[in-house]
Amino acid sequence: MARRAAVLLALLPLCGQAAPPGDRYVTVPGGAFRSALRYEDAADGTTVAPYRLMRRPVTNAEFLAFVRAHPEWQRGRAAVVLAEPRYLSQWSGPLSLGDARPDQPVTWVSWFAAAAYCAAQSARLPTWTEWEYAAAADETRRDAREDPAWRERILSWYAQPSTGALRAVGGQPPNVYGVQGLHGLVWEWVDDASALLVSADNREQGAADKLRFCGAAALSTDDRENYATLMRVALLSSVQAADATGNLGFRCAKDLP
Amino acid sequence: MKRLLRILAAVLALAPLSARPATPPALPGDSVYQLPAALTDASGKPVEWRELRGTPRVATMFYTSCKYICPLVVDSLRAIERKLSAAERARIGFVLISMDPARDTPEALARIIAERKLDPARWTLLQPDPADLRGLAGLLGIRYRSLADGEFNHSTSLVLLDAEGRVLARTDQLGADGDAAFLAAVRAAAASGTGSGR
Repeated sequence: MARRAAVLLALLPLCGQAAPPGDRYVTVPGGAFRSALRYEDAADGTTVAPYRLMRRPVTNAEFLAFVRAHPEWQRGRAAVVLAEPRYLSQWSGPLSLGDARPDQPVTWVSWFAAAAYCAAQSARLPTWTEWEYAAAADETRRDAREDPAWRERILSWYAQPSTGALRAVGGQPPNVYGVQGLHGLVWEWVDDASALLVSADNREQGAADKLRFCGAAALSTDDRENYATLMRVALLSSVQAADATGNLGFRCAKDLP
Repeated sequence: MKRLLRILAAVLALAPLSARPATPPALPGDSVYQLPAALTDASGKPVEWRELRGTPRVATMFYTSCKYICPLVVDSLRAIERKLSAAERARIGFVLISMDPARDTPEALARIIAERKLDPARWTLLQPDPADLRGLAGLLGIRYRSLADGEFNHSTSLVLLDAEGRVLARTDQLGADGDAAFLAAVRAAAASGTGSGR
C-alpha cells in the first residue's frame, strides 16, 4: 500500500504540469465562416471542418529536439533551396540555442522546414482558412472580429516595433478554443501560404495581370477594417517557401482522428 | 580458351562503367531536386522528382481541365521548342506538373500529349502525390489556389532548370512571341547541358 502511494505521488506532479504530448492540440469545432478575404468562388462564406490545432506555436526547444532527430534539417545541412542561409540563424550553433530561449517561439524557419516538423509529428500545417478561423476568436467569443475593442487590442501588437526579444509562448490568454498566441507573438506559416495571391503583382491591372493569374482574378479583401488579417496575408503572400524571417514561426494542425 | 577470351572481352567492355562512381555526385544545395517528391508520369510509371536530374529542363505547372491560360502555357513551351535548333531541342526537356492531381490522372495527361502532339521523348507530364504538391509549387515559386468550381487561380511562371536542378532563369511572359532573354537562357542551357548528368 505504501509503495503504491509512493508511485501515485511520483506521478502527481506530471498531471499539474505542461501538457503531455497528446495534449499539445485542442479540437477546434467546425462551422460557417466568412473570411476577411473576398473569395469570388465563396462569396457567401465557407464551411470549416473540425480540426485539431496546437495550443501554442512551436518553440525553440521543440524545434531543437526535431533537428536532433532529423539531422538533415540542422542549420548548415538543410539544402538552401529548402531553407535560406538565415535559417535558424538566431541559434548559436546547429544544436545549441545560445541566447535564444527554449520557450520562445522558433522563428527563422522556412515553410519547408515547418512542414517537415509537422510531418514528423504526423501532423501538417494549418490551412490559411483554419488559421484565420481560429484567430477570429477571443477569450469568450468564436468570432470577435466585429468588436472594435478587439481589433484595437490586436492592432496595438502589430503597431509595436518588432525589434524587441520575442516573448515566451504560453503567456497569452487562451482563446475560446484554448489556443494561445495567435495574435501578439509571431507571424505563422500556413500550409497554403502560396495560395495567397495578393501581392504587388496583383495590384497591376490589365492584360499582364490576367495572364499571370489563370481563371478569376486573385484575392481581394472584403473587410478593409480588418488590417490585422490583411497584414498577415500581405506577409505570407510576399514570402517564398524557402524564406525565413525573424518573426515568422508556425504551429501544426491535424485532422480529427 | 575461346570462352575465357570472350569473358575477358566482356569484362574489358564493362571496365569503363565500373570506373564511374557508383553513386552520382552530391546534389548542389540549391537544386530543386533536393526535395523528395513522388509523382506519376503519363504512362502510369512512378517517378521520383530527382530522377529528372541530368537534363536541363523548362518546368511549370498546369492542369488539364483549364480552358484559358493552360493551353497558352503549353503553346508557350511549344513556341520555345520550335525556336530551338534540332541539336538544342535534343538536350532540353519540358516538364508540366499538374496542380490538380485528383483529376489529372496518367490517362488525362496522356490525352494532352496526344491532343497537343507533344514528343514524349522531350515532354514529361506529371501527376504529383497530393502531399508533395505545395512543396513542388514552392520550389518553382508558383502560387495557386483551388476554387470551388474546380478551376484554379495560379501564377504561370516558366522556370529554366540546369541539369543539376538549379534555377537558371524564369519568365512570366507567355505567348508565341515569348521572352527573348528567357529563350536565350534556354539555348545557353542546351549548349552547356551535355557536360553534367547523362
